[in-house]
Amino acid sequence: MSEQLLSIILTIITASTPLLLASMGELVAERSGVINLGVEGMMAVGAVSGFGAALLTGSPYLGVVAALVAGAALSLLFAFLTLTMVSNQVATGLALTLLGLGLAGLAGESFVGQPGVQLQKIHVPGLSDIPFLGPILFGQDLLVYAALIIAAGTSHVLFRTKAGLVIRAVGDSHQSAHALGYSVAGVRYLCVMFGGACAGLAGGYLSLAYTPQWVENMTAGRGWIALALVVFASWLPWRIVAGAYLFGTITVMGFALQAHGIGIPSQLLSALPYVVTILVLVVMSGNKALTRANTPACLGQPFVPDR
Amino acid sequence: MRLVLEKRAEHSAKMALLSPIIAIVLTLITGGIIFALRGLDPLAALYVYFVEPLATSWSIEQLIVKATPLALIGAGLAISYRASAWNIGAEGQFTAGAILGAVIPVFLPDLQSPLTLLLMLLLGIAGGMAYASIPAFLKNRFGTNEILTSLMLVYVVQLLLDWLVRGPWRDPQGYNFPKTVAFSGWQTLPSFQLLPPSVGPVYVNLGAVFAVLAVLALAVLMGRTLKGFELSVQGLAPRAGRFSGFARNRTVWFCFLLSGGLAGLAGICEVMSTVGQLQPGISPGYGFTAIIVAFLGRLNPLGALVAAFALAISYLGGESAQVALGISDKTARVFQGILLFYILACDTLILYRLRFQGPAASLVETRT
Repeated sequence: MSEQLLSIILTIITASTPLLLASMGELVAERSGVINLGVEGMMAVGAVSGFGAALLTGSPYLGVVAALVAGAALSLLFAFLTLTMVSNQVATGLALTLLGLGLAGLAGESFVGQPGVQLQKIHVPGLSDIPFLGPILFGQDLLVYAALIIAAGTSHVLFRTKAGLVIRAVGDSHQSAHALGYSVAGVRYLCVMFGGACAGLAGGYLSLAYTPQWVENMTAGRGWIALALVVFASWLPWRIVAGAYLFGTITVMGFALQAHGIGIPSQLLSALPYVVTILVLVVMSGNKALTRANTPACLGQPFVPDR
Repeated sequence: MRLVLEKRAEHSAKMALLSPIIAIVLTLITGGIIFALRGLDPLAALYVYFVEPLATSWSIEQLIVKATPLALIGAGLAISYRASAWNIGAEGQFTAGAILGAVIPVFLPDLQSPLTLLLMLLLGIAGGMAYASIPAFLKNRFGTNEILTSLMLVYVVQLLLDWLVRGPWRDPQGYNFPKTVAFSGWQTLPSFQLLPPSVGPVYVNLGAVFAVLAVLALAVLMGRTLKGFELSVQGLAPRAGRFSGFARNRTVWFCFLLSGGLAGLAGICEVMSTVGQLQPGISPGYGFTAIIVAFLGRLNPLGALVAAFALAISYLGGESAQVALGISDKTARVFQGILLFYILACDTLILYRLRFQGPAASLVETRT
């Protein structure tokens, strides 16, 4: 039984990590006032780039780097359109998702059915061998730890440093931030690209660690769930960690129930994360006090300085 | 040197007309570059992609088949987006319409009369409306983000369809394939000759007629009625809309029921004609491509009709390029994505002028 519980917990961690990465990146972008609905597209491109780079070089770590760079590059396109050309953020984000999914499908065509390169789990002699807790705490792949470190770093930078104050100022009142001499567009460019890099990483995690292979549409809406998680977490980094792990658990529970042969159609279990996302959004948006305090006031609004 | 935007005194009517055309030209140039990079003759490839689909009467027929759902959905979305009601889940409403309409052929295959046809179409519309009413209700009642809910529901209904055709609705004589019985007789859309036979045999089905009628009706709604004005005001100036006493809740309901109903109609028409039965993958992403249609058509129903043809060409071109050039039909989706990017970028030029500012210019500016 504990063997089984252990394997479930390990799967939950793997299922939660991409959600955590993608939503943490989006949180930073949204804190600076930009809503990027292209997370799903950036994840898909990250997944295919990571898979391809790892396959060509044989190194999963180069795959991780490629995924990160690809996500950031795609977000730069979004940033140019929404920040320099002040296009509608909602529409441009959708365009990014459509383009990203298309690009990934095209680029990944030759990868279908090829065995991928797996991102190995680390092994610390002694510590990883502790029964039960060892594999959970000291036996994950590096991105699991990286995701948690990024979460801690994001929380620290946003709320304990001047840079974070500037980011939040730009997101809450771009006019004032501009008047104080900060470059609204500059800050937003960086935050959007951080979001892109994180989404790319999240995609890379899917194709390098979660299921080391390339399947079209393998992101399966995780980018959208990541967007919902930001609302769920009311724009607070630590709540994102909790939310990502909660959603990872829900996803895995579906599969676990199925494995036990409980007579529920597999489609119903697959639909569970989406349905739960909707329910969570409803509960959160019903609670005005909780969300309004942290919602960046300029979220989604374009900014063109008067001249 | 940096790129800066300068607000125009008033929005440029010339750019408003030109922007979709510039966007298409830029997409073609980008496409040519992509083809050249893959070692193909760009002009020949572009010809196969974008001209050949218009060359034969058979391909014109196919073009209309593909443009029909795009125009139906795109026109509804155009109006929703104009009023800032972001229905992103048309793909799901399309599927919901197809499922609800298919109840008749699945359970009552012998119900055959013109009324059956009408009933199925109405069920299709009702299915799309009912499914779109979920995000609309949640938006109005709880303020839930309609973009995320409508999109999540796409996945849910696609899984429902998958379950239905693999489980309870599967055709018992279908050799275990995941599909329902084939629709027949009055449970399929009649088709007719579009042009006199001497010109060329171009068959279209009733769905195309619905698409044209819907577009015309919506064009009248937006251009000639108070409702259309109300919707535009709420999108352009939400505050002014509130002061004028336009109820936001009603607008959200209206937009979602309208766009959802049209998507549902597109869905039932598709399974009653081209597909002919219910199966997984009844749509090559029409509901998402229609988002591009709405924007390319400048959020105007008549524009959406024209744009539907432009995007239908990209679908057909993708298919013929796969045969003739051996390039993946997935290229089409990349073109569609690039096109939307260019449209959005070009739309900026309606309100702003682009200026390149050299370092000297910015120095002068800081001194003043």
